Amino acid sequence: MLAAPVTVPYVRYSIRAAHWWLARTFSALLEAARLRKDEIDGLTVSSFTLAPDTAIGLTQHLGVSPRWLDHIPLGGASGVVALRRAARAVQAGDADIVACIGGDTNHVDSFRLTLANFSQFARDAVYPYGAGGPNASFAFLTAHYMQRHGATREDFGKLCVAQRANALKYPHALFKKPLSMEDYLAARPIAEPLHLFDCVMPCAGAEGFLVLAEDRARSLGLPFVRLQGTIERHNAFASDPVQMRAGWALDRDDLYAQAGCKPGDIDFVQTYDDYPVISLMQLEDLGFCEKGEGPAFVRKHSFTHDGSFPLNTSGGQLSVGQAGAGGGFLGMVEAIRQLSGHAGARAVKDAKLGLVSGFGMINYDRGLGSGAAILAASQA
Amino acid sequence: MQRPKRKNPVLRTRLPTLPPAARSRVALGLTAAAALGRFELQQCRDCGTVQYPPREACQKCLSVRLDWKPQPTGGELIAQTVLHHSNDLFFRERLPWRLGLVKLDCGPTVVAHLHAGALEKVRVRAMLDRAGQAVIVALPQKENGDMADDRQLREFTCDPRNRKILITDGKTAVGQALVQGFAKSAAEIIWVGYAEPWKKFAGFDELEKIPQVTLMPLDVTDSKNVKELAAEIAGKVDIVVNNAEHHRTFGISSRQGVETARAEMDVNYLGLLRLAQEFGPAMRARGADGAASAVAWVNLLSVYALANFPPHGTFSASKAAAHSLAQCLRAEMRPAGVRVVNVFPGPIDDEWNQLLPPPKIAPAALAKSIVAALCEGIEDVYPGDVAQEWLERWRDNPKALEREISA
Repeated sequence: MLAAPVTVPYVRYSIRAAHWWLARTFSALLEAARLRKDEIDGLTVSSFTLAPDTAIGLTQHLGVSPRWLDHIPLGGASGVVALRRAARAVQAGDADIVACIGGDTNHVDSFRLTLANFSQFARDAVYPYGAGGPNASFAFLTAHYMQRHGATREDFGKLCVAQRANALKYPHALFKKPLSMEDYLAARPIAEPLHLFDCVMPCAGAEGFLVLAEDRARSLGLPFVRLQGTIERHNAFASDPVQMRAGWALDRDDLYAQAGCKPGDIDFVQTYDDYPVISLMQLEDLGFCEKGEGPAFVRKHSFTHDGSFPLNTSGGQLSVGQAGAGGGFLGMVEAIRQLSGHAGARAVKDAKLGLVSGFGMINYDRGLGSGAAILAASQA
Repeated sequence: MQRPKRKNPVLRTRLPTLPPAARSRVALGLTAAAALGRFELQQCRDCGTVQYPPREACQKCLSVRLDWKPQPTGGELIAQTVLHHSNDLFFRERLPWRLGLVKLDCGPTVVAHLHAGALEKVRVRAMLDRAGQAVIVALPQKENGDMADDRQLREFTCDPRNRKILITDGKTAVGQALVQGFAKSAAEIIWVGYAEPWKKFAGFDELEKIPQVTLMPLDVTDSKNVKELAAEIAGKVDIVVNNAEHHRTFGISSRQGVETARAEMDVNYLGLLRLAQEFGPAMRARGADGAASAVAWVNLLSVYALANFPPHGTFSASKAAAHSLAQCLRAEMRPAGVRVVNVFPGPIDDEWNQLLPPPKIAPAALAKSIVAALCEGIEDVYPGDVAQEWLERWRDNPKALEREISA
């Protein structure tokens, strides 16, 4: 079971270290679940800017003594993977209550430094090429997708505009102004064909949730949601010359079989959305439409929380901000809120099943990690 | 390419910045090949897989027996972008910047700097960037006339077009061939040094007729003379070609005293040091001075700098000294993005190599390969068959070469 979704409100720049953000998250989890520090006996941590520390250093920093610990440096796949690790630990009895936390700080120059040293391949074979960071990598994927599948800027714009509308009903979103299609199309180019509103804004922030058994959640009086099925895959389709799909396409049948449902049963989807093209790729690979039919799917549906296909109902990273590894938790935390009745004005009506997808680590020319989880409301 | 406008001397000269230079050790294999103008990628000795980016093990069979091997340069451009934003100062000053994702015919997909004329089918080259590290550049499949003028490509080359050149010795056959070569490649000004200006040397009149040429008295053994010339032109020179050399035959036991060896050192080693001290600082300050910035320093060395050739033993030693100093100069010029190009010819077909059997490299061929190296952005030049063969022998087994040439 998943419970206690928490968010430490994002800011564009922070003078605090990652430890501060993770400490706030951990503290918010204790408060939300009315637990003492020593009652949480498992911990997963995801953060880029925690370096040189990892999860184990954070235990001393926070004065906790978990009997189960995992550091999950998988970027945008961290949320789903943390849930998977934690759920197994609880199932196996290695821990009773696992806190899964992810987040990063953002100093004025920390994004550049993260990029320059992101990976050996990035340092050797990407960063010296214009130092565009993920903008450049996703520009290639987007250009290729547009050329191959006939997507237009308006298709991507439709997702961005809908997510902004969702974000206006999410108090923690950093973007507070409405976005129109005209604004979207008129934005300045960043890495063609990507323009300003196609790109996430790096920021500081953190997210967290608890994983625990159902009876424990009930005894604590915590609203909770159920994990119905989950998948993970890394470095799939390595021989594709450019990324057109990721691990979801390999494992999705397994995902729906575990959850005992079909794509059509899902009430909302939270994709990993640092750039809109990757949302389309996820919708295709997770079976909501065929490969290459993303653009047609976008034209057929509306994506606000009250639309025909509620997507990234808190605004996604594109409208909330990308808090480093916290970005990999944003969709998970939002899904828990939606399914436990805490989504306020942006609630998806009668939501019983939600799908959360993660995607992470542009190590060289493509994102390597992919994962997904299907969650259900506890009454379901 | 339009000739760059005269610059306003009141405006601040932009200071040089460098593209990101950090690389893992294994990635320097690409740099080692690019320095010679070669395109090589890692290839597995056991299963033959070609891979990129460089790795510590074969991604297919996990063998660690990986060699850098020449690869076919063809590829298909599968996606492209134009950056309007960069996180790095060097690129920020040069936006917009084109990049391509290229599927190479030999297998891997590479991120490449993209020439403006590149279409679907491209060919790639590994070139040294201003930081001295190799990058992959995707070019149009077919050579076309003004290809070299591409704004991005000029960041990787040291093209003499529209640039101001100093050739330190116009009296030798090589010097005169260099002047002709640079004149032909549209250098803007060619200053040509000549020692002993009271004597008119053979070829003087021909040089004077070339419109870009200005003859300047220059004796690299005269510190005062070098200083005075630098005071006059060092702030304008974009490419120094130091071809001044003193060459006599014999090694140790065939000659008495150290005068000949000292004269060789004075020109070949100390001459370079004097020039570098006087011209280096001004060139370093002009590493990013517009479209025709200070860009290269060429040293005429010798393959004998790699391994001593006893019949020309003291000459070899002076060239080895100059080679070592040139490596120092290279490190000191790198922060400015000024490339030090070392040229290692075999015996040149001139009077001092009269008794050596052919093949010997003709002065015109040597000059041509120097100009070509600047145009192609090559850092270590081994012109001609003899130099190429020495290079292969030396890379294969330096000790064997030492024994072979002293036999």
